[in-house]
Formats: sequence, structure tokens, C-alpha cells
Amino acid sequence: MRFVLFAVAALIASPALAQKPAKALPAPHPGAEVYQNICQACHMANALGGEGAGKIPALAKNGTLEAAGYPIMVVTGGKNAMPWFRGALTDQQISDVINYVRSNFGNKYKDKVTPAMVAEMGVPAPKGGMREQ
Amino acid sequence: MNWAEQGPTRREVLRTIGMMAGTAVLYQAMEVLGHAKETQFAGPPNLQGARPGTKVVVLGAGLAGMLAAYELAKAGYDVQILEYNNRPGGRNWSLYGGDTYTELGGATQKVGFSEGNYLNPGPWRIPYHHRALLHYCKKFGVALEPFIQMNQQALVQSSKAFGGKPMRYRELHADWDGNVAELLAKAIDNRGLDSVMTKEDADRLRIALREWGALDQNFKYSKNYRSSRRRGFERAQGGGVLGEPIPSDPHAFKDILDSGIWRTVAQHMNIDHQHAMFQPVGGMGMIGRGFAKQVEGKIRYNQKVTSISQQGGKVTVMHTDTGSGVTGTTEADYCVCTIPLSVLSQIDVDCSPGLDAAINALPYSNSVKVGLEFKRRFWEEEEAIYGGISFTDREISMISYPSGKLHSDGPAVILGAYTFGPASYKFAGMTPEERIQRALEQGSVFHPGRYKEEFIGGATVAWSRVPFTLGCCAQWNEDTRKEHYQTLVAVDNRLVLAGEHASYIGCWMEGAILSSLDAVTRLHSRALEA
Repeated sequence: MRFVLFAVAALIASPALAQKPAKALPAPHPGAEVYQNICQACHMANALGGEGAGKIPALAKNGTLEAAGYPIMVVTGGKNAMPWFRGALTDQQISDVINYVRSNFGNKYKDKVTPAMVAEMGVPAPKGGMREQ
Repeated sequence: MNWAEQGPTRREVLRTIGMMAGTAVLYQAMEVLGHAKETQFAGPPNLQGARPGTKVVVLGAGLAGMLAAYELAKAGYDVQILEYNNRPGGRNWSLYGGDTYTELGGATQKVGFSEGNYLNPGPWRIPYHHRALLHYCKKFGVALEPFIQMNQQALVQSSKAFGGKPMRYRELHADWDGNVAELLAKAIDNRGLDSVMTKEDADRLRIALREWGALDQNFKYSKNYRSSRRRGFERAQGGGVLGEPIPSDPHAFKDILDSGIWRTVAQHMNIDHQHAMFQPVGGMGMIGRGFAKQVEGKIRYNQKVTSISQQGGKVTVMHTDTGSGVTGTTEADYCVCTIPLSVLSQIDVDCSPGLDAAINALPYSNSVKVGLEFKRRFWEEEEAIYGGISFTDREISMISYPSGKLHSDGPAVILGAYTFGPASYKFAGMTPEERIQRALEQGSVFHPGRYKEEFIGGATVAWSRVPFTLGCCAQWNEDTRKEHYQTLVAVDNRLVLAGEHASYIGCWMEGAILSSLDAVTRLHSRALEA
């Protein structure tokens, strides 16, 4: 969403550029919004993570993303203190955001994750839910 | 109708017992009858007789860690605390003017609040029934004052009702009760409750509804003196010529339903939000400071724990000084570890496979708080809102007016956002400046023409980016409780865990305190058996 707003602002700011019909704006990656609204709360806008008493791993240039099954497992099932996002995100959103991270931030993995793969390989949301009611 | 006809009241029974047998029996009787219920605090543990020279290393100088150190030192142990931060308190924390805070990712805020103003990034209120925490606050000289949770003069705003216009809590609450009472009375008149009540009880309920809902003689919730005494007058009562009040029009019930007001009302019926509530005078961080005075000289700050070993009949903790980078080793006979599991799960801990699994099993929650400082208390001066909370269905979820220094001049800080669910991730993903701007924008719905105009500056903490916790609190569910809780709290050879994550009062300071007392009591027994 912020990508779109920025693009509109750029158009208003430079009307000369806007009149050129040939340059169509590239559509934002469908996973970018999910990344901004969820993932970057911990992994940061530049996907470099952070380190304090503990560490939030960098997703940038991350070799463990090579096998697509691994990020599918972590995003759907969580890992240690990282919550699971099965149920909070759709399989489509999960595949979108994994594809976004695997093709950005210095990651250049060509194969694509599909919602069907998330459905098949993903960890089911725990029955007990995120917390006691 | 005479309630006494139905047998003696509980109060009468209690008075009789009290006269006959004194207060001890009275207290026992109160417990049996379900009064005097609190969290599980039977008084401080009073540990004694540690074997001379026995050492305990405590990891973390939050409330659980400092209390463990205090009680163990009192019992005769030689205690050393290692703390990652350069201050005591852990999540018990206030940000004051002059403080600098750097979150994960490197964004640094220099807090510009005026003298005495603060943001409580973590805990900010204490329920009256958190008796253990209250006990130690009193014992350690931490001054408390009332925290105003519910304020009927505050506002409730919903995008789904009244065209998004904030309404007085008082009006919505009164109209909710009034309309529900009227509908129930109507159901009784239409004999709708005949199958579940006797005629006599239905008659009594009907009368009760009139009183409870401020209904008129015809059992209608209508515009009159009676309902306006609840929801407020169109023209308030005064003196002299124009002293006569003018009643106000209740809102349409559909609008009241749309507003979702029952959620706010229900929240205040929860035992965690019932009055009385407390806060420390001068910020929540005063509790951490108060506790730290009791363990003075025992805390080594800026120590990042890297491993915990239990080899060779002792505990060996490796740690690195975050300033100098110098590594150190602390040896002890026992260890109380209060490091949050979000961090502990990344440390090499020498323990049973079961405890290791428990440490790795719990996701941590997230939340964002934003403090906004304004030039003056316009909410008090112009709207008579003294403390309490205005609620919204926007991402900030609420704004909370300061309960301290009521009726004073000068700048004051409002809690401008306390996010839940997806909004927490969205806010935490922003830069601190963006969070503050967004909170200012969203909160201005309550006080247009004042909020942005009288804003001075803000501070914000996103818990997923807090360097010493990487999140708020451990999130248990029924299954993880069954599988891991008892293992997590059990003494593992020479190691015991404590903190809110080792309690059933998760995310509250009381949970950390009670967990700590239980852990040191069991560790002490273990040490005496050894």
C-alpha cells in the first residue's frame, strides 16, 4: 500500500514524467504488502534482522531459503519465539510473501512457491490456538 | 419484597461467626464462602538456613530475578545477578525525558519529555488482587497511587457507528443498559420468559429492570430526568434562573448495537480491569528501581549470557560484556534463570531434553506502545476527562489519559497507542517516527483541533524489536501447558526457571513474582537435600 502511495506522489510531483505513456509503473509484488505489514516488525524493512540479547535472523542473502519447504514450514508452524502464521495469513498470502523474500533482498531463487505447496507442506495451525482464552 | 425472608444473608452469618470466635475463624469462613479470594500469595517465603558459602547465580535483573536474589540472599546464599541491560527492571520500565532507547534494527530515540513525564512501554497498571506484587511494593517503599482504568466521561469511537464520531462512554453505556432492560421487560410482558421463571420471579425481575435500566413508570427507556441522570443532560443542572436541567435524547438502539459498546463494558467486568487499580508514583519503572535497592551491589550490568553449563557438579555461565566485548565466566552451585524464552531458546543451555523442548515451544506475543506529550491537559481542562481510557476500533485501539498529577498545569503524556493482533506487526514494522505520526493521526479523532495542534513529541516501543526480549510475553495454550508447563517449572538438576513465562498469570508482573517465589522455595529445598 505504501508503494502505491509513493508512486502516486511521484506522479503528482513530476507531471512531465507522468505524461510519457510508455513508462508503465511496475506492479508491486503481491508479497511486498504482507512483508511490510507482518515480517518487517522483526526481520526489518531491509531484511537484515537484528541482534540484542538474542538474534532475529536476517532473511537477506539467506541460504536456508534455498529449499522452499523450509520457509513454508517456519511461516506456517513458527519457530521458537516466532509465532506461526497459519490461520492468520491465507495460503496465497504465505506463498506470496515467501516468493517475495526468495526473490528480493539479495535472494535469487528462481523456483516459485504455490498456495498448493503451502497447503501440502505447511504445518497445520495448532488446535490450542495462539493463547488461552 | 424482603430479601431477609429468604434466610440470613452471608453478611449476617459472618457477623455471627465473628462475634463468637474472633477474626481468624471469620477469615476462614470468608474463604469458604468465596470471599477474600486473591492470587496464590500466602506471604513471603521466609527461607532460612542456607549452607554457608553456597553460591547462586541469577540470570536477569527483572522483577523475578531481583526478588529471587533478595529472598535467597536473605536465606544466606551468596548471590550474583547478571543482567543484559544497563539498568534494573527488565520489562518493568519507564522512558523519561533524557533517556535514549535503541531498538533492534538500530533506530534510536532520544526521549524529549518534560521532567516527571514518562511512557510505560510494558506493564502500566496493577490489579488490586495482585497481592504479592503489592506486598513487595509496600515492603520496598515503592509509592503507589490509583490508576484510573474506567472513565465514563472518556470516549468510545467506532467506524461502524455514529458516522465515526466519538461518543461519551457514559451515554453509550446508559443507553445499552436502558434498552436491554426495556427489551427484557417487554419480553416479560409478552410472557416470553414464562417457561424459565415463575410469575413471582418475573414480577421481581421486571421491577429490578426498571431500576437497573433507569426505565420510566411504563417500563420504557425514554428522554427524562431519570435516564439523563445516567447518560447526562442536554443542559446540565445549575443554579438560579436557568438552573433547571434539560434532559437528553437517548440514542437509537441500533446505533448503540453498532457501536459495540458491550465489548468495552465487558472488558471492565474482567477481574484484571476492575477497580481498584494502582500505578507507582512517577512511572512503572519505580518498581524496578525499588527492587534494585534491595539487591544493591549484586547486579552486574551489560552482561549477555551465551551459555549455561551444569557439568562437574556446578553451574557455569559464560557471558560477554556488551560494552567491552570481554567474555567472562561465573560459577555457582545453583542457577535461577529468568531470561525470557525468546532469548533463552537461542542460548546453549545444558539441561534435560524435556526442559530444552519446553524452552523452544512457546511463541512470544507482540505489541506497540506510543507515548505522546502535549503542551497541556486539554482533555482535563476542556472535557473533564481525568484519567481513564478512550477506546477505538482503529489500530491504536485506545488512548489512555494520565492518572497521575491530575489537575496540574504543564505538559502531560497520553498513552497514544496500545496495539493488539495484526496492528502490532504493522506498527512494529514502521520506523519510530512513523509510529508516532500514525498514532497522532489516529488518536486525533478523539480531540480534533487539539491533538495535533498541542502535540510536542513522542516516544514508542515496539516489543518485537526490544533487544532484551524480542517480544512481549510467552503465549501458552492448553496443549503446550499440558505438554511443557510442569517440565518448564521443575528444578532441572541445579537450574530453575522463573518469570512470567513460568506462571499462569502470563504477561503480568504478579506472574513473575509468584513464579520467582515458588522457584526459590523449591531450589532452597533442593539445596538443603543435596
